[in-house]
Amino acid sequence: MSSLAKGQEALEIDDLNVTFATDGGDVRAVEGVSLSVRSGEVLAIVGESGSGKTVTAKTILGLLPETATTSGVVLIGNDNVIEIPHSRLREIRGTGAAMVFQEPSTALNPVYTVGWQIAEGLRAHGRYSKAEARAKAIDIMTRVGIPDAEHRVDYYPHQFSGGQKQRIVIAMALVLDPEIIVADEPTTALDVTVQAEILDLLRRCRDEFNTAIVLITHNMGVVADLADRVAVMYQGRVVEEADAVSLFHHPEHDYTKRLLAAVPFIGAGTTRTRERAAERAAGTAGEPLVVAEDLVIEYPGRLGRGGFRAVDGVSFHIGAREVLGLVGESGSGKTTIGRTIGGLTKVTGGSLRVLGQEMLGVHEKDFRPLRHDIGFVFQDPATSFNPLLTIAECVAEPLIVHGKAQDAAAARSRVDELLEAVQLPHSYGDRYPHELSGGQRQRASLARAIALQPKLLIADEPTSALDVSVQAKVLELFAELQREFGFAALFISHDLAVVDLLADRIAVLFKGRLVEEGTGEEVLVAPKHPYTQRLLASLPVPDPILQAKRREDLRRLRASELADTGTDG
Amino acid sequence: MSTTTVVRPSIWSRLPLVRQLAQSVGWQRGMLVAGLVIIVVFLLTAALAPILAPYRFDQLRDANGTFGAQLPPGGAHLLGTTVGGYDVLSRVIWGAQTAVLVIVVAVILSIFAGVLLGLVSGYFGGWLDRVLVVICDAIYAFPSLLLAIVMSIVLSGGKSSLSFGILAAAISITVVFIPQYFRVIRSETVRIKAEAFVESAKVIGASNARVMFRHVLRNSTRTLPLILTLNASEAILTLAGLGFLGFGIEPTSAAEWGFDLNKSISDVAAGIWWTSIFPGTAIVLVVLGITLVGESLNDLADPRLRTRHRAIASSATPTEVDELEEAL
Repeated sequence: MSSLAKGQEALEIDDLNVTFATDGGDVRAVEGVSLSVRSGEVLAIVGESGSGKTVTAKTILGLLPETATTSGVVLIGNDNVIEIPHSRLREIRGTGAAMVFQEPSTALNPVYTVGWQIAEGLRAHGRYSKAEARAKAIDIMTRVGIPDAEHRVDYYPHQFSGGQKQRIVIAMALVLDPEIIVADEPTTALDVTVQAEILDLLRRCRDEFNTAIVLITHNMGVVADLADRVAVMYQGRVVEEADAVSLFHHPEHDYTKRLLAAVPFIGAGTTRTRERAAERAAGTAGEPLVVAEDLVIEYPGRLGRGGFRAVDGVSFHIGAREVLGLVGESGSGKTTIGRTIGGLTKVTGGSLRVLGQEMLGVHEKDFRPLRHDIGFVFQDPATSFNPLLTIAECVAEPLIVHGKAQDAAAARSRVDELLEAVQLPHSYGDRYPHELSGGQRQRASLARAIALQPKLLIADEPTSALDVSVQAKVLELFAELQREFGFAALFISHDLAVVDLLADRIAVLFKGRLVEEGTGEEVLVAPKHPYTQRLLASLPVPDPILQAKRREDLRRLRASELADTGTDG
Repeated sequence: MSTTTVVRPSIWSRLPLVRQLAQSVGWQRGMLVAGLVIIVVFLLTAALAPILAPYRFDQLRDANGTFGAQLPPGGAHLLGTTVGGYDVLSRVIWGAQTAVLVIVVAVILSIFAGVLLGLVSGYFGGWLDRVLVVICDAIYAFPSLLLAIVMSIVLSGGKSSLSFGILAAAISITVVFIPQYFRVIRSETVRIKAEAFVESAKVIGASNARVMFRHVLRNSTRTLPLILTLNASEAILTLAGLGFLGFGIEPTSAAEWGFDLNKSISDVAAGIWWTSIFPGTAIVLVVLGITLVGESLNDLADPRLRTRHRAIASSATPTEVDELEEAL
């Protein structure tokens, strides 16, 4: 339990400035930020990448690298974190302020048991016998909701799921009863259904442990679900600070308004889908471009062990000019299906016909001519461009490979047209990929994918690495290009709201199986399968009042599911 | 979206070494500069050997008759003469030329073979990869000097003229170095093969050769300058070792530091220090210089190891710069 009474000031930041020395000169990451958090309160710091939110969070624990120069006051209790010596800082870390990191799989050391790692924090701040430390570890694991903690205290991190690992990371933060927990994007690496559980746990930390929580996130839904007060950061400054309800209902600053408007929500795409369906019906229906029947894809296992079945008996089809949205959580096999249609992964069983070519046992030699008609947009725009080629050279690659141009210079006029189509200035063609922002790179990636005017475009989570306002623009561009060029598309995403915006039909994957398929209205408004229902209910909406109601619905849904499995068992 | 053009630095400042020099600060810069100075002096000495050296490397007499053996430093022979009657200073200066030749030939021979094998092996994998890796590991298991001796005997029967001597030394060094380039390029290739931009080239329909040479090769050569410098210093040591053991180049064909050291063993006990100290120092200095450059390149290539100037808290943000300009 926190040593502070509820409502007492746990953290105060006053006029914080942070400057980094980089190869490109000094960069001011945080400018004149002043914030405070009381115990038993969740302060969310929201902002896009580069807004300085993570730097602010790291300053609280004195975790900035040596290249940073800091000024101002960060007060935890009576200690100004910026000025106190290292030895005192070490005492404060853990007992005064603790951190929950974004990626639970890298925050835990894979060669030690989780119990040992929880005890490590205890040993750093006091004398505990082995048995005492173990008892405390078991106690805290039980309290963060790890079942069978007596045994699992001796498990290694890889024996837990992602959500459980994040629970253990939170347990490590809680075990020393810190006054403040800094949670840096604690749910970004997790699936939505797991995200809802972790948010519940953080809420319990606030209520039961009376901890002050600083929540760093870019997800407005998460903010609406958990935060009491919100600070919006933009280019290193706090542009708006308000309690959650008034921020979402009456945003003051222009940037906040734009940020909220850019958040996709379910139901936005219904009218558009209907329009497109009417358009398509008027045109020619034609042969479907992709037909999957009982598709099975396995990844080969190690010697002596069976393979891993990533996709298990999936059937679907994509017609001409149609956008199929493929939704699922990590490990559901959605990316594998996309890669298989693109010829990057082999089919194990069943049948998959792409543009009339059977992919079961196909040779690269036979498939290569068809690649002409397939475009591919990858998830991470940062790695999908050769860093040593300019954007123009990258976009020209498909043209050169398929003999439409001799070299990059000859293809330049066509490349300029393509860049224009994705709303990038011509001069950007001469830049190198790292000189573009994530959204600009993803536009260039779209330009490369449509360079040969393909009949089919596969987009594998094209916006999941982007900020929400950038995502909105890229999605709009995608819809526009699809209307203009009329390609069919497989749009893969974990975000139901994003898929809803673009897709004509939505297919929901769960553990390699297709559980539900239909139009946006059918799947999102009246979901039949319990998994789809849970997925929908877990998706937080950017409205604190509505979200509180949805949270209750989800709890009821989960309870009834538990009861079902209970009677089954 | 802004349409400002990116200011690209001039070609000169993007050259390797020049860029790193500009990037470095503090003691890292000191190391790099010291190494570069030593290397430049070494290269100049090699290039200007005919002008700098008072005598030829195989000269035993001048107008006044023979030099005489084991003369102490001073007079006509600044660093004295060897037991064989050669001028020590001239031998040390001419030795730089031999060293440069061996480094250049050895590195060129090994880099092409090593890089190509590594690329093919890493990209295609399979049985070819396994066979090549086993062969390279086998070569690793050999003491490199022993291998060099065997090669030198096979190639030239142990001793020979300048060109054959250098080639023998270079090829024996090459055999030892190919696995290093192979290993480095192979592991980089395996890593890059899984990157999204290689897959995006594949889905476009690019051929294997195009993917390999246009997309993988150029991205996998990042660490080459580092191995290159480290191998260059190792090449000199191997050459000196060969010469010291008597498998080097005849004194009448070229000057070679290792050979001179070998001939000076008996002098050391007799208190004749100048025949061994000077060639020995030359070897140490050149190896030190090249290693310093290599190590600094390694540190600078890694953002975590690179030191930077500390940021000034009140340093100029764009708006402040504008204000400053207005005030001026």
